[in-house]
Amino acid sequence: MSPTHHVVGRSVARADGIGHVTGRTVFTTDRAFPGLLHLKVVRSPVHHARIRGVDLSEAERVPGFVRALTHADVPHNVYTILGLIGVEPEEEFVLAVDRVRYKGEPIVAIVAESEQAANDAVARVKLDLEELPAVFDVEEALKPGAPIVTHWGNNTFMYEGHPCRRVRFGDVEAAFARADHIVEGVYDTKPIEQAPTETTAAIAVPEANGRYTVYTNTQALYFSLDNTSIILQVPGNQLHFIGGTVGGGFGGKVDVIVEPLATLAAMKTNRPVRYAFSRSEEMQVSSTRSAWRIYVKDGVMADGRLIARKVTSYADSGAYSRQTPYALTKHAANAAGPYAIPNVSIDAYCVFTNRQPTSAMRGFGITMASFALEVQMDKIAEVVGLDPWSVRFINAYHNGDMKPHRKLVEDATLIETMQAAARLVGHELPEAFQAMTSDPRPDGGA
Amino acid sequence: MASTIVTFELGDREVEVMVRPMTTLQTVLRYQLGQTAVKEGCRQGGCGSCTVLVDGEPVMSCLLPVEEVAGRRVDTLETAMPTDGSDPLQQAFIEQGAFQCGYCTPGMLMVSRALLDHDPHPSRETIIDTLAGNVCRCTGYAPITAAVQAAARAGKDGQPR
Repeated sequence: MSPTHHVVGRSVARADGIGHVTGRTVFTTDRAFPGLLHLKVVRSPVHHARIRGVDLSEAERVPGFVRALTHADVPHNVYTILGLIGVEPEEEFVLAVDRVRYKGEPIVAIVAESEQAANDAVARVKLDLEELPAVFDVEEALKPGAPIVTHWGNNTFMYEGHPCRRVRFGDVEAAFARADHIVEGVYDTKPIEQAPTETTAAIAVPEANGRYTVYTNTQALYFSLDNTSIILQVPGNQLHFIGGTVGGGFGGKVDVIVEPLATLAAMKTNRPVRYAFSRSEEMQVSSTRSAWRIYVKDGVMADGRLIARKVTSYADSGAYSRQTPYALTKHAANAAGPYAIPNVSIDAYCVFTNRQPTSAMRGFGITMASFALEVQMDKIAEVVGLDPWSVRFINAYHNGDMKPHRKLVEDATLIETMQAAARLVGHELPEAFQAMTSDPRPDGGA
Repeated sequence: MASTIVTFELGDREVEVMVRPMTTLQTVLRYQLGQTAVKEGCRQGGCGSCTVLVDGEPVMSCLLPVEEVAGRRVDTLETAMPTDGSDPLQQAFIEQGAFQCGYCTPGMLMVSRALLDHDPHPSRETIIDTLAGNVCRCTGYAPITAAVQAAARAGKDGQPR
């Protein structure tokens, strides 16, 4: 008897639909609490500086001012979001200690009776900063004498002792020497702000039982819970995180930014505290997709076969790691593209600069590689005199092929996807390409 | 400056609020009157998520000092449409999948309601023009446009007109 499907093959109304069309869906800042306090942050007005002093005396006189929080109030003030999956060292400060590394870095948090009072007090905090030289370009940051952003003495994330994530497969130099053509390209992409319509926000509420309920619009509830637990040095079972309703994220709400300070402020005041980004904070301070510079050098035979690919990539992590070191690892595993290339060399650098930190956004690490590699494939087609479809079918990987980072291809769909795309745009493929499949090659691999 | 008392109609009921000068209609609706369907994506007139109707006209409530609505009628999604989502426009949004995160949805519904009230059979171009001030960052404009078209076909009472 064939199974009865209730969902497969049908359109199913979303469970949250009625909430969305009636305004009854409760987003984080839709929640009201008696005695709610508002937290706002004093941010660095410059890209790189030594902090000589912070004067709170005028801010404290603003009507409605409740208290300030500085780095001395944060139990474990230095963290790295992905520390729990082994990305180290801890390097980002919840509140700056003696140095700021990007424009917008938090220095002091102000808690006040109203948002207006918090903003007024923030505007009255006097900073004494000694501005330092800053660096904004990934390759400038790697030159001798560049301003050093990190606390470990160079401007790259270190992967098992190496300044880049490396992949070595076959012998690219020997293959370049026998290739009919060398095709090179350099590809630059800009940072992109995820710009969710609802800004990043959390509200922390002290409960009678000693726990804290934290309402948040994070995309990563347990990153937020775990990091808050570490930063505040309280057991996880004292923190009750409630999330799940996110007014747009796209990777922009994966970092742990607002929850630790909101919760700390709730602990210090024993009142509910809201920390919500303004639109300008969301656009100018929250992490973006990284800017990338990608160099590609390909060795190609006259018949269109790619026999060697060398990729050198630089991702601009901004001043801190956030999710970018992880993005480089994903990137290195995919930077040869969905193609079977017998000789590959990849060096992928996660570079620190004085720009705002960068992090997750839709396919981060991969999307930018795809942009570079697919433009590169079109260039190859031009050089060897084939159409863009052909170079891709000729080089497409098959199941059973070995990828450069020594993972067997098990889920290849490039050929079938291109066949479907050709049908959709009405492009007639040659019979040989129409007959191709991603099935393992008869000879057992490329 | 001292606070003043402002009186206006919120849907069918008269409300009275005490506000400091230059308090926006958005702040009053969300934080004094609990109308949280009035969203706050930008508070600078850039996203349309706070759109309400003032005497039937769509207005971004984040740009309007509440004194401006004294004596006038204000409708939010909560007062303009049923809480069970049974309005044809709400139904069309559900059926067409005209939302992902849902944050822009109240604003989209309010401008669409005002449009259909004035022009029951708008062209696709008119619908697109009308929605132009409202940002959907999940980029679902095509199903939103389709939903407004479907609602226009269905008519206000769910009957073709």
